[in-house]
Amino acid sequence: MGNKETIVDPRGPIIFDIRNLWAYYGEKPAVKGVTCKIPEKRVTAIMGPSGCGKTTFIRCLNRLHELSPGARVEGEIFLRGKNILEIDPVVVRRRVGMVFQKPNPFPTMTIYDNVLAGYKLLGIRLRREEADRLVEEALRKAALWDEVKDSLHKRGTYLSGGQQQRLCIARALAVKPEVLLMDEPTSALDPKSTAKIEELVVELKKTVTIVIVTHNIAQAGRVSDYAAFFYLGELVEFGPTSQLFTVPRDKRTEEFLKGKFG
Amino acid sequence: MRSILWRKFKDRSALVVITVLAFLPALPLFHILYGIFRLGLPAFSWNFFTHLPTPPGEPDGGVGNAIVGTLMLSMLASVLAIPVGILSGVYLSEYARGRFGEVVRVAADVLQGVPSIVLGIVGYLWLVRPMGHFSALSGAVALSLMMLPVIVRSTEEILRMLPYTLREASLSLGVNYWRTVIKVLIPTGLVGITTGILVALSRIMGETAPLLFTAFGNPFWNFNPLQPVDALPLTVFKYAISPYQDWIRQAWGASAVLTLMVLGLNLISRILARRLSGDGK
Repeated sequence: MGNKETIVDPRGPIIFDIRNLWAYYGEKPAVKGVTCKIPEKRVTAIMGPSGCGKTTFIRCLNRLHELSPGARVEGEIFLRGKNILEIDPVVVRRRVGMVFQKPNPFPTMTIYDNVLAGYKLLGIRLRREEADRLVEEALRKAALWDEVKDSLHKRGTYLSGGQQQRLCIARALAVKPEVLLMDEPTSALDPKSTAKIEELVVELKKTVTIVIVTHNIAQAGRVSDYAAFFYLGELVEFGPTSQLFTVPRDKRTEEFLKGKFG
Repeated sequence: MRSILWRKFKDRSALVVITVLAFLPALPLFHILYGIFRLGLPAFSWNFFTHLPTPPGEPDGGVGNAIVGTLMLSMLASVLAIPVGILSGVYLSEYARGRFGEVVRVAADVLQGVPSIVLGIVGYLWLVRPMGHFSALSGAVALSLMMLPVIVRSTEEILRMLPYTLREASLSLGVNYWRTVIKVLIPTGLVGITTGILVALSRIMGETAPLLFTAFGNPFWNFNPLQPVDALPLTVFKYAISPYQDWIRQAWGASAVLTLMVLGLNLISRILARRLSGDGK
């Protein structure tokens, strides 16, 4: 288990307060007793080698983990003081959006409808002007507006991979979540699209808290304010990125950053 | 050197044999189609499609009532089988965990294997006996039992093919599972599900056996589902075993109509399936 001195509480307002979180697939724990606080309107990077539980960890934060057969979660996750494990997951997921490894726009929907999917799928009716405004706002935030403003009524799947991923970001932002979880959002993209998404992440933290899983150390260094290092399901180290990258307190963090494993 | 030539020879012969064998199943089909259309198309006329049957020897008889009956039976059977079939398919693909799902799946497979005449008897027991008379509805029930397993399994297969990330995309927007099924999964798999329905339909349209003790046949116009109704396969059966030249000619005509309907459905499902694989990219 992570030694207490290696978990540094962030300064400023906290959005997630996670206490002794365990996540299981069947009998096998994938996340082992994680305790940490996630700062509001900052980018927190979750790093670690494959299979270290980082994806499982963020999937707990919007209760997507429990959809896997045999999945189980123990512990507490406070979102602004309320334990999300005791709230209806549907409500949690409205407040905590997610972007996935592979872009997954809805193939039957246009770009416009994809952005509004969070409303349309729930049967929420919007006035025309309001819908237009929401779409433009979300697409602008996702830095996609200029590229698609003339083809809003084309299928989302016509876009390139990088554009599709930004469309997914716009879709998540349109419902105005407090937190945006990103699960290796650039792992399926080319370097240019990756750079765009990274810029976007830095820009977005003005309005939304971001938790991003990445196995790309350099990316974590570029975009994040805080970083967490997971190893074999444990949270080994958590702290300001600048500190964790320059003076890691745990030997395993240091070895990971030096590229000895992962 | 000789052995290389020998191997090449074997390779070539294998190719020839396989090609010939591959063509073999197509041969009877072409022969059947040729026969049906050669003998059936000359029977086609305006009267043939719009008139009621006439007694042997009387001219201008038609199979209009049987065409209406076949359409009515297919429609009723679809109304019964499609909603249940799709929902069971959704259950198997999305919710079934453990034993109960397995039971439903095996039941669907077994139902698919039940001889169609047995399903006719089921329709007889469920509806004809209690109602006291034959009816289109009882025929449609028997036919829907034939459609059901096809729709269930094809819906299940199609939904299983959809990537899990699609479900995650919807769920992560705070949409519950049921709405995800209705608003995302079914629309995304719609082409495939429709294809399954059309395959099921083309299977039942040509069925005679389930109708023998249910829809029974009716030489008059009938639009009431609670009354007996004629159907093209029944007409073919009745006319083909008759000794009258005129009726036999019309049996060929009715076969051609039926074949064209089924071919049309098959063609549509082909086109849809192609669109499906195009969208799957």
